[in-house]
This record gives sequence, C-alpha cells and structure tokens, in this order.
Amino acid sequence: MTQILEPSEPVVAPAPDDRPRAIDSGLPASDRAFHAITRAISIFVLAVTGSIGAFLGYQAIPTLHRYGVRFFTETQWVPARDKIGIAAVLVGTVEVALIALAIAFPLAVLTALYISEYAPPWLKSTLVALVDLMAAVPSVIYGVWGVFILQPNALYLSRWLASYFGWVPIFKVDTDPRAAFWAQSKFTSSAFIAGICVSMMMIPLACAVMLGVFKQAPIGEREGAFALGSTKWGMIRSVVLPFGRGGIIGGTMLGLGRALGETIAVLLIISPAFDIKIKILSNGTQTVSALIAGNFGEATSSQLTALLAAGFMLFLMTIAINTLAAIFVSRSRSGSGTDI
Amino acid sequence: MTTVSLSKAGHETSNQADTELHAAKVADSPPDRQAPAQPGHPAEDPRPTDEPRLLHRKTLDDRAAVWGSMFGALAFVWIVYEHVLQWSGTLGFLVCVWVCFIGLYTAVSLLSHPLPIVKDRIASGVVTSAALLVGFALATTIVSTFWKGWPALHHVNFYVHDMAGVSPGTDPLTKGGVYHAIIGTAIEVAIAVLISLPLGLGTAIFLSEVGGPGTKLVRTVVEAMTALPDILAGLFVYVLLIILLGWERSGLAAAIALSITMTPIIARSAEVVLRVVPSGLREASVALGASRWQTVRRVVLPTARAGLATSLILGIARVAGETAPLLIVSGATTFTNHNPLHQPMNSLPFLVYAGARSGQPLYIARSYGTASLLLFLVLILFITTRLLARNKGSKS
Repeated sequence: MTQILEPSEPVVAPAPDDRPRAIDSGLPASDRAFHAITRAISIFVLAVTGSIGAFLGYQAIPTLHRYGVRFFTETQWVPARDKIGIAAVLVGTVEVALIALAIAFPLAVLTALYISEYAPPWLKSTLVALVDLMAAVPSVIYGVWGVFILQPNALYLSRWLASYFGWVPIFKVDTDPRAAFWAQSKFTSSAFIAGICVSMMMIPLACAVMLGVFKQAPIGEREGAFALGSTKWGMIRSVVLPFGRGGIIGGTMLGLGRALGETIAVLLIISPAFDIKIKILSNGTQTVSALIAGNFGEATSSQLTALLAAGFMLFLMTIAINTLAAIFVSRSRSGSGTDI
Repeated sequence: MTTVSLSKAGHETSNQADTELHAAKVADSPPDRQAPAQPGHPAEDPRPTDEPRLLHRKTLDDRAAVWGSMFGALAFVWIVYEHVLQWSGTLGFLVCVWVCFIGLYTAVSLLSHPLPIVKDRIASGVVTSAALLVGFALATTIVSTFWKGWPALHHVNFYVHDMAGVSPGTDPLTKGGVYHAIIGTAIEVAIAVLISLPLGLGTAIFLSEVGGPGTKLVRTVVEAMTALPDILAGLFVYVLLIILLGWERSGLAAAIALSITMTPIIARSAEVVLRVVPSGLREASVALGASRWQTVRRVVLPTARAGLATSLILGIARVAGETAPLLIVSGATTFTNHNPLHQPMNSLPFLVYAGARSGQPLYIARSYGTASLLLFLVLILFITTRLLARNKGSKS
C-alpha cells in the first residue's frame, strides 16, 4: 500500500522532454535559404517590371498637369510651338491596330482551322512549327519586307479599293485612282500598308492560341456531330468553333496587344502625319510607338515627359487588352461550355 | 448551347440523313430486301443502301471538282483578264482567279450534291486558301530576305570587316562589313542572358516549386509584362539610366533593356515547363529524404532540362531581333567596340533598320545582307529548339 501511495519518482514526475514528437520538423536551413532566395528574386522581378508602369505614370504627371485635357484633344505634335497632343497619334495607333486586326483575324482563324482540322496528319507538326517560326521572325525583318516587297504590290490593292469602294469614306483618296498615270505616292506609307505588315506579326500569335483551344475540342462531341450526319464544316461550326470561342477572342486580343505596341515595322513604313484621318489608304499616319522612336532623340526634358505620357497611354491600353485576353483564354481553358 | 447548335447541324444535313434513314428502313424489312433492285421502286433511292459515309478519304468526284474548277478558273481569268478586259497586275490576277475558282467550285458542286455538302466544300476551299495565303506571305518574307541579301552575303569581307571609314551608300559591297554589329549583338544578348536567366528561372522556380503568398500577384504581373511593348522597355531604360543617372549610351544599357523584355518571357515559359514535371518524381525525392532544394536541383531541373533550354532559346530568338530598344539606348557606331561599358555599340537589327531607312541602293543591299544574317541566326536557334524538343520526346 505504502509503496503504492508513494509511487516511484520516474512515473509521476513530468519529464521535461515528454512532448509529442514534432512530425513537421520545419525546413532545414538550406531550404529556408532556397525559399528566401527564390522569393527575393521574384520580388525583385516584380518590383522592376511593376515599376515600369509606375515610373511611366509618375513621369507623365507634369505633362498632364501642364496640358490637361488639351493633351488628349490636340492633334498636332509641334514642341517648338508648345503644341503637344496625342489625339491624332492615338487615333493612328488604334487605326493601324484595327486594320491589322481586320486582316489577321480571319486569316488566323482559318489557318488555325486548316492546321487542326484539314491538314493531313503527317503535315501537322511541320505546320505548327512554321507558325512558331513565323512568330520568331524579328519584327524588323517584317518591316523590311513590308517596305520593299509588300508596298509595291499592295499599292495596286489600295488603288483598286479606292477606285471601286471610294464612296466609302475610309477608302477615299484625294486623287483620281483611275487616272492612267495615277499618283502612286498618294498611296504609299499608309496606315493600310502598315496594318497589313503588322497583321503578319499578329497572325502567328493569335493562331498559336487558337490551335491550342481547337485541339481541346472534345472528341466525343466531334464524333457525335459526324454520327448525326454532319459534314466536316457542320462539325466545325457546331463543335469546334463554339468550343474555341474563348480562345478565338483571347488569341485575337493578344495579337491586338502586340499590334498596338509594334514599333519598328510601322516606323519603317509610315510617313509621319499629325491629323486625325480616317482615309486609311492615303499617305501618312502616326502611332504612339513610332512617335516615341522617331522623336526621343531631339527631345528636351519637357518633351521627353510628353513622350513618356504618350508611352504611358500605350502602356495602359496594352495592359488592359492583354489582361482581358488572359481572362478570355483562361476561361476557355477551364472548359466552360463542355457540360452537356 | 451545344445541343442547340448540334441540332442545327443535324438540320442542315437533314436531306441526306433522311434518305439514309429511309434506305436503312427499306433494307431492314425482309420482303423488301431486294427493293432497290426491283423495278417497282425505280428512282426512289439511287444510292447503294448501307454504305458508311467517307469522312476522311476523298472520292474521285471530290478531286475532279477541285482540280477541274481550278483549271477552269485559271483558263477563264487568263483569257478575260489579260485579253478581253486588258487589266494588268499579278495581285489582281490572283484575286480574280481565286474568286472565279470559288464560284466555279460552288457551281460544280451544286450540280450533283445537296446544299450541306456544297457548303462543306466551299468552307474547305476557303480555309485551305487562307492557310496557303499565310504560308505564301511567310515564304516571301524568308525567301526575299535571303534572295536580296545574297549580293552582300557572298563577300567574305561582309563577315570580318566593320564599317569604319567605309561609306555604306557609295562604296561597293566588297568594302566594309558587319563584324561590329555581329560582335555587338553577341555581347548584348550574352549580357541580357546573364541577367535574365537567373532572374527568370528563379521566378519560375518560385512560382512552380515554392509558392506561398504573392504567387498570384507575381504571376499576373509577369504575364502582363510579357506583352510590354518593346519600345517602352527602351524608353524606361533610356530615361532612368541615361537621362537620370547620366550613363552613356552603351551596350550594357541596351542589354539591360533587352533583359527587361526577356526576363518575363523566360519566367513564363520556364514555369510552364516546370509545371509539367510529374509530381510523383518530386514526392519520391522528398520521401527519400531529400530537401526541397535538393529535389529541385537533382530532380526537377534535370527532368525539365530540354524544356528549359527551349524556353531560353526562344527568349534569345526574341531579343536578338529586338530593334526598338536598341534604337533608343545603344546608339550606333561604324567601328568595332568590344567594351559594353563604354561608347555606343552597333547591332544587327539596328543596322538592318538604318540601311532600310537610308534609301541608298547599296546601303539597302547591306541591310538585306544583315537581315539575312539575323534571320539565319533566328532559324538556327529555332531548329535547335525543335531538335531539343524531339530528343525530349524520344527519351520519355
């Protein structure tokens, strides 16, 4: 009894180290260092890339203060007379991008359809590689192609459009396109030709995204359409295109983002003109990026902030369009619309 | 949504489906088994009863319709365009041939096929010709660059001399070369890789292997920045380093501008590559007692090696042709400059741009030669990525 009342020490006395074993022993020092380093790198990358937007915005403040709303309504860019505005430049930027879009969108969709649906199987991987190659060709090479190869041929297309569709305001040109000795110089360096050239850079981007989505169109629904007696085109219209809608929109917008920011090809082709013009076939236009590339050299510090303000507008447009594009693409990839 | 559109497709082809259904019914009922052959039902179902549709193979009729319409369109337009209407221009000729071809093809198909099949044929004609048009544009770009570059390319001095003391527009192509631009591009791209490979790879590893708070923000910003117009990267570096910090225009400034473009590209594509490494490999490694760092270093990175190389090479191909930032920050020289810290540095894309702007035939020829060199470089890089990807495919 007494022995029981007085229990032996080791049993009762709470041992100081009698805690449950830690299952998660935490990370070793090497791993903590590894995590800290990668995190630091990404924060650095985040800071640098994020600061570009902040920096452009901050630099744009003095210009916006000084010119106010006039900065957006003034069409002329004459720093010598203190007339600085981006109305014409913004219109030109959007114009070139929209022309490129109008050309690239159908071609990209149809090319993607050809590669994913019509091309013989042995040719497919080569064609996909060619699309990637098209995306990898430097823009300056497209620019040189646009000036020396495309322009001499596209002039005739411009002339044809102007002679038969001249009654549409955007195709009007201030010269007689049907004259025997027609004024070629009225048709060169136009937004239309720049747009065709930029579309060459849009097509592979948009096409690659669309290929990705078309490939994911469910095989069951494809076969279902065929089993119901559909032709190949019927199957494409009822299965592939509805399924790939998000990718079509997203890919096109990704391309549009590229088109808005394209510099060197546009700079090579256009001749600068600072007026809001809707006559896309006639000589001269201006875009934000070409404005920056053409004017930074002789710019004083106040003009430089004006260029930075213009650049900031371009930045905002591209970021907005790309974010929208990313949303569309990711939504289409999550497989919405597949539930039957 | 899908059901509705499917039924629409079904409706389109209802004619054909109906006849087939009817044929099937006829074939099923025993007394009528010989029905199509009997004179009692003469022209009710001219087609054989139960033959599966050909979805992938083309019949003689399909081929004949395509080639016949093509020949007809070509012949018709050749006569009308050049000889009757006396129009001219290759582009217009081709457009007319195409329009004529689609019209003839439609007419020929309408003769013997129901509307859905005619639509299908028009669609395949349009789709194929659009793809051909894009392919043709790409082909003319590449072929014309090499074709027009050849006069400059076949002189040895083009590769080993620089333009110091040479007048690009008046001196013959046997004088001067682009050595300085080759060196400039090599140095600038090398520095850009040194900067952006660790940064991009580190970010990719953080996004895919480490995670934690901020992952989403980093991923969003990096993705947005892959689309940053290249001119803005150049402008940023120009204002920050050259105007505010007072650097001179140099190869290093250009390389920094290039790496701003390159880092997000590498980070994004490398993350995609790392994410497809099977997580079973990671778990096996951790289960064997490896730390996270050891897992990444010994298992994840080696597994993804080919893919990472591909993403690096794609990044190089992209920045090697970047012109806009160089226009702003690197300046141009005519002599060879090996020092990226000091004095401007020329580069291949800048030389292409300057030559194309000059309007002097000899300078333009030099520009084309340089463009061919640049394109050749991109092609080599591109083929390397393809080979890497193929090796990866054959191993797994």
